[in-house]
Amino acid sequence: MSEQLFKVTIDNITVEVPAGTTILNAARKIGGEVAPPAMCYYSKLQGSGGKCRTCLVEVAKGSEKDPRPMPKLVASCRTTVMDGMEVKNITSDRVLDARAGVVEFLLLNHPLDCPICDQAGECHLQDLSYEHGKVGTRYEFQRRTFKKHDLGKYIQLHMTRCILCYRCVFTADQLTQKREHGVLDRGDHAEIATHIEKSLENDFIGNVIDVCPVGALTDKTFRFKNRVWFTKPVDAHRNCDKCCGEVQLWMRGDEVFRVTARKDEWGEIKDASNGKTGWICNDCRFEKKKASDWVIDGPSKVSRHSVISQGHYEKLVKPKETVVDVMNGSQPHLFLDIHDVSEVNKPTVTLSALDRPAHSTDFGNQ
Amino acid sequence: MGVKLLLEKAHVEGIRYYDVYRREGGYRSVEKALKQMSPEAIVEEVKKSGLRGRGGAGFPTGLKWSFIAKPEGVPRHLVCNADESEPGTFKDRYLMEFLPHLLIEGLIVSSFALGSNATYIYIRGEYAWIPDILEQAIEEAKANGWLGKNILGTGFDCEIYVQRGAGAYICGEETALIESLEGKRGNPRIKPPFPAIEGLWRRPTVVNNVETLAAVVPIINLGGEEYAKIGVGKSTGTKLISACGNINKPGVYEIDMTISVEEFIYSDEYCGGIPNGKRLKACIPGGSSVPILPANLLLKTAKGETRYMNYESLADGGFASGSMMGSGGFIVLDEDQCIVKNTYTLARFYRHESCGQCSPCREGTGWMEKLLKKIDSGKGTSADIDLLWDIQRKIEGNTICPLGDAAAWPVAAAIRHFRDEFEWHVSNPQLCLTQNYGLAHYADPIHVPAV
Repeated sequence: MSEQLFKVTIDNITVEVPAGTTILNAARKIGGEVAPPAMCYYSKLQGSGGKCRTCLVEVAKGSEKDPRPMPKLVASCRTTVMDGMEVKNITSDRVLDARAGVVEFLLLNHPLDCPICDQAGECHLQDLSYEHGKVGTRYEFQRRTFKKHDLGKYIQLHMTRCILCYRCVFTADQLTQKREHGVLDRGDHAEIATHIEKSLENDFIGNVIDVCPVGALTDKTFRFKNRVWFTKPVDAHRNCDKCCGEVQLWMRGDEVFRVTARKDEWGEIKDASNGKTGWICNDCRFEKKKASDWVIDGPSKVSRHSVISQGHYEKLVKPKETVVDVMNGSQPHLFLDIHDVSEVNKPTVTLSALDRPAHSTDFGNQ
Repeated sequence: MGVKLLLEKAHVEGIRYYDVYRREGGYRSVEKALKQMSPEAIVEEVKKSGLRGRGGAGFPTGLKWSFIAKPEGVPRHLVCNADESEPGTFKDRYLMEFLPHLLIEGLIVSSFALGSNATYIYIRGEYAWIPDILEQAIEEAKANGWLGKNILGTGFDCEIYVQRGAGAYICGEETALIESLEGKRGNPRIKPPFPAIEGLWRRPTVVNNVETLAAVVPIINLGGEEYAKIGVGKSTGTKLISACGNINKPGVYEIDMTISVEEFIYSDEYCGGIPNGKRLKACIPGGSSVPILPANLLLKTAKGETRYMNYESLADGGFASGSMMGSGGFIVLDEDQCIVKNTYTLARFYRHESCGQCSPCREGTGWMEKLLKKIDSGKGTSADIDLLWDIQRKIEGNTICPLGDAAAWPVAAAIRHFRDEFEWHVSNPQLCLTQNYGLAHYADPIHVPAV
């Protein structure tokens, strides 16, 4: 196709993109809040997208030729732009309402075990629910659980956390010689699994960890070792005969805790210096856990909006005024003075005087 | 007695077999179409007939056929959707079981019109005995020169294959059906591209319902204009209705879309009224996914006009006070039926049949089922009813395929029209376990019909 440029207006910002671009990619070109969130779309994976419905947008004007609006909200990751199209994302109440609904649906059966989840801090679902979700849940039934599957020594599967984005299925299909896992069953009991208990062993299968937007597929060699926000991301490379060898090391001191591919601002794997997608092999990811295995390029900049990028925010404006200024000169009122000794635990009981663990009777009998 | 086009010969002894079918005038349309008409002329004839898809959506068939892309050197396919899984619908089963040659005849003509040399019948797995009937009919047709190479010396080749599904409702959605036919997991595809451009094996494909393809036979025999004279307005021709529920004579009826709903339920020619002298409470007029209507809105539209059994009249009033013709699964509920339980049963079906691909449908259908079960078992609160309404609102229109809508509409309509019954369940948690709400005021202005 010739390099025909289409003008598309998203949230009143006009951008020119080549014909065949999706609304989502046009919005990403503008960047910032205008880009709809995407949980299942992955630009490096063919055929991904359309499933999670978080990127729904309203098309207020179809095109210059056919200005009729589209009746339904459309998945921006799978809808291509037309010349003169007008799209409403965050300026449409309908979109925000539907998106809040989708976030609620995604969190319905999600266990919210973030405190023990290795993905916490770099989880797309966390970001999504902070930005588009509601405070509470209206779901009062038991969340669904699954029979556990062992995927081998490298990859840990937590099916309860899965949002069925199919990214890992596409990755295995397009990156490895033979896909060994897929989606079994249907509806709300659909699950990612290998058909007969089998471990996933393939030189590039580790990449499913990188594409997983939630903590469903995590690195077993990093499991419970550290929290991502305590580790520092560092760009590094090595000569690898299987992959590009360009990775991100997650270090604490001299210790390499985790190796991942390098990610861009949308949380997707960046292109390597050879121009191809920077997928990395299992060797680099799981076996090279010493700083001496790598040539360190320098600290990597994380521009994604999650916990790991704290302190890395670009264009951050610090407020100039102090709390006292904001409150018109009055001192902030402390709700709880931590210097007060609470009476709840009966400070009169000297616990060190007991020769055994304290029991409720020790407090009650006073 | 209304006009009958499809089921005219259904009661002839041995019509299932080729000899009798041919003697009764079968395969005339193939002779006419292949020898006297061009494929374009057949499409034009179907367009003129005003035939609308009989599978549920009611999209004009001729128009659908004219969309099919015709790139050079790429084969095209016709797929017959016999995955009839909508609760309350069993018209295609009847057609395939008793008149298999009618479908084969329609398929040959349609294949010729669309240029499909390999045509598929995708039949639901539960219809375990029907593939044998169809395959026997195909064998007979082949033995007599209606199928295979160079049919009737016209140089047109056509083969028909029967493929069994594994019993998933979602495989009745055309793109999921195509995926399943290709041997993949039956997940609906994201449209566009539409099957007319990129369908089965990425080739241009048309997917049509069994009844639609069978209706091509009378269209060719009579001519499109003659066919269009039957019926009323944009509802042309005849429609098979599979009536079930609380009626005296459940079964498959062919109607010419001019009779009123009241006549259909109460006349002896059709459903024969409601048994045991019970009164009509509600009706789902077009298969489980269409909105349920209370008796007063079923027989008369909101404007007070008589409601007829056709596409326009049943949809009169939109979803606020109307419903849809759907696939023709006519489910009648009498005063002893509980709407909450009925809605729960439907919600359970949709939860079970959701493919799990997109989040609103996967999570929402399960949530609705759990809430309805809670209300049905007398543990619900009035906040649950509002929540249910909110959930269906967030599913509808936000999913990949129409299953999300199909799951949301029955719940929405039940709450819209029968909210007092839901509230009664909430306020009478003990009573609702042993007793039904019965008829409410919405059913009161019912007169005893004179038919």
